[in-house]
Amino acid sequence: MTKPRIKLPESAKVGEVIEIKTLISHVMETGQRRGTDGNLVPRSIINNFTAKYAGAEVFKAELHPGISANPYLSFFMKVPGPGEFEFSWTEDGGKQITEKAKLNVV
Amino acid sequence: MPGDQPSRRTFTLGVAAAVTAFAVPATAALAQDQVQAWELAVRKIVGEAKPSEGKFALELPEIAENGNTVPFTVSVESPMTEKDHVKAIHVIATANPQPGVATFRLTPLSGKAAVSSRLRLARTQDVIGIAELSDGRFLMAKRPVKVTIGGCGG
Repeated sequence: MTKPRIKLPESAKVGEVIEIKTLISHVMETGQRRGTDGNLVPRSIINNFTAKYAGAEVFKAELHPGISANPYLSFFMKVPGPGEFEFSWTEDGGKQITEKAKLNVV
Repeated sequence: MPGDQPSRRTFTLGVAAAVTAFAVPATAALAQDQVQAWELAVRKIVGEAKPSEGKFALELPEIAENGNTVPFTVSVESPMTEKDHVKAIHVIATANPQPGVATFRLTPLSGKAAVSSRLRLARTQDVIGIAELSDGRFLMAKRPVKVTIGGCGG
């Protein structure tokens, strides 16, 4: 996992429904694929994504091997007021990456 | 099977009835001797409920040249209020080695019930979306996708 990319609108008003886009580099190894040695490559995926805003959960995704490499997610939020996003991606085995992003509420 | 469980046949008929609404031959489900993995995945989500059609859009390309990365969008017409919102949207690829693709959990804070991502398809198949509403009802949508080069590294 590397540093994720997050796209938020430049500014948003309270009550506005905004789109949030996230992307993270990850091979999302399915566990079904054979390597050059003929053995199955062990599964290693990001199995969970969570988005919180001002401490409250907005959106969560449980991901399976059917999700493509470098998982991209787009979802929405109705802006409740000023605040900061906290996004986290969790890999098989429990390793987690967390990224924060402040929303410019005008 | 335990007494309170529906028989496989009852279930298959239920699924067949559900998929008939989506213009898929009912015989496809009835002809199978084994309950398929995707049917189990559907059953695990909806239980005994009968999903209905409508107000739920599952957008996918008709033809996917590369099954490794197929863009999709699921969206439900919903006010997304505390009383009436979409709790979850499940995506199932019927002919993948592991049919469950993703479960998206939404909240009234979501404002709009729409999610986009990219999935893998091992071969040409139907993709199913199931939306779980706050009042306990389920919506279902189904889309066939032709796959030129399969994903899942087979």
